[in-house]
Amino acid sequence: MQFMIMNYVKPRNFAEHGRPENDPDGPAWGAYTKALTESGVMVGGAALQPEHTATTVRMHEGRRDLHDGPYAETKEQLGGFYLIEVADLDAALEWAARNPAASTGAVEVRPVMAM
Amino acid sequence: MSYGKLVALLAVRTRDLAGAEDALSSALVRALEQWPAGGVPENPDAWLLSTARRIAVDHWRRLETAQALSGHVELLARERVAETEPSFADERLKLLLVCAHPSIDVRARTPLMLQTVLGLDARRIGSAFLVAPATMGQRLSRAKAKIRDGGIRFEVPALDALPRRIDSVLDAIYAAYTLGWDNAFSDDGKTNALSDEAIWLARLIVELLPGDAEAKGLLALMLFSESRRPARRDPISGDYVDLARQDTGLWSEPLIAEAEQVVRSAGSAGELGRYQIEAAIQAVHAARRLSGSTDWAAIAHLYLGLTIHLRTIGARVAYAAVLSEAENTGAALRSLAEISEESVSHYQPYWAVRAHLLALANERAAAVSAFERAIGLTEDVAVRCYLAKKKQALLEDR
Repeated sequence: MQFMIMNYVKPRNFAEHGRPENDPDGPAWGAYTKALTESGVMVGGAALQPEHTATTVRMHEGRRDLHDGPYAETKEQLGGFYLIEVADLDAALEWAARNPAASTGAVEVRPVMAM
Repeated sequence: MSYGKLVALLAVRTRDLAGAEDALSSALVRALEQWPAGGVPENPDAWLLSTARRIAVDHWRRLETAQALSGHVELLARERVAETEPSFADERLKLLLVCAHPSIDVRARTPLMLQTVLGLDARRIGSAFLVAPATMGQRLSRAKAKIRDGGIRFEVPALDALPRRIDSVLDAIYAAYTLGWDNAFSDDGKTNALSDEAIWLARLIVELLPGDAEAKGLLALMLFSESRRPARRDPISGDYVDLARQDTGLWSEPLIAEAEQVVRSAGSAGELGRYQIEAAIQAVHAARRLSGSTDWAAIAHLYLGLTIHLRTIGARVAYAAVLSEAENTGAALRSLAEISEESVSHYQPYWAVRAHLLALANERAAAVSAFERAIGLTEDVAVRCYLAKKKQALLEDR
């Protein structure tokens, strides 16, 4: 089964001006990605630029409605995601608990819809 | 009286754990309504028990279903009349045995025990086991349905079957303990209580079955481990401190004394098993506080014995780690190399031990890579920092 693991991180964990090398959790992310890859469960994933770089788009009664920033202002913001292939939800939750964001923010796990 | 004792007393005849829990919570609600106004009854437990039984009888009557249920009603009605003081200890043992019954899903045994005997809720149990609360709830209800409908009896099995059945009870208790221990570095302090509850259950088993050497082994093992809890964190920085660097002055002397006494009394009861071996290993470690050094040769022998009794990756990894102290790094690495990498792809202790051994062998690049793998597999922030520092030291030491 495929699961998406979404990393919700506190803004301070995003490096200043979006420089990943300034992120204090940086080495932990590298190690986590390595463990996922070498255990053979990694399907894909990406790290995102900080939330201030986001633009939100809505179509409102046929009119475009754009605003700067993420669609919702929350304490933690989506900082990146992983797509993994594991046997079941239990296994996916094990990986989520190891995610550095689980200690500093939150990690959301969702099964991917089978196509 | 504890929650578990009341549930056990209610469920022991009907085998309906969920029904017993429901009746008990309704009785507790009534107590909250009535006691503040009317005063706490002289015997609150008896009051709760008879109220819960009355609620259960009413419930069954309302269901008004066929004959299958009339048996329940009669039984409960009879008990309501009898209301004698039964033997609590036996009822709790039956409840523990039911929770760890071979036909119950092995993943549900410890959770079921925590819920029915200790009254923990599904969300907390799910969090401890890293299982989605909804999934945990389903597993618990499936297990309860199986007990009710599958005819699992609340009974203490015949003596020849008992040791095997008790083993699964012990395993479930130890699983609860290690869950609490694994989370012992966390700051929330909630999961530590799980360790205390596991020790409480082990004490109960030892009290109920004084002739069971493995039960004593398990209790001693957990007591030894608890004795070192105060030394596991640096008092100033809060960092994780490994066993070799722990200040033995911080170990709890009363807990060690109790553990040693329990181990001794287990030894005289015969039949060796994994928990006694693991308790013996801890006893050798504990002796360091007196002698100032660790008898690694003795520990290596005990671990070798453990790998025979307990064919798990964990035991083999631990044996390899000990070999580096008892013999040399080369022997330890050779022992580790016998474990297939596939079986340890996400087993954190293997990678932590391997990193440590490679660092000792001065194979820096391989050690750094193994440290990274271990860091990536670590859940706990304190342990992650500890491993990251070790890795950094390797990179800087050029």
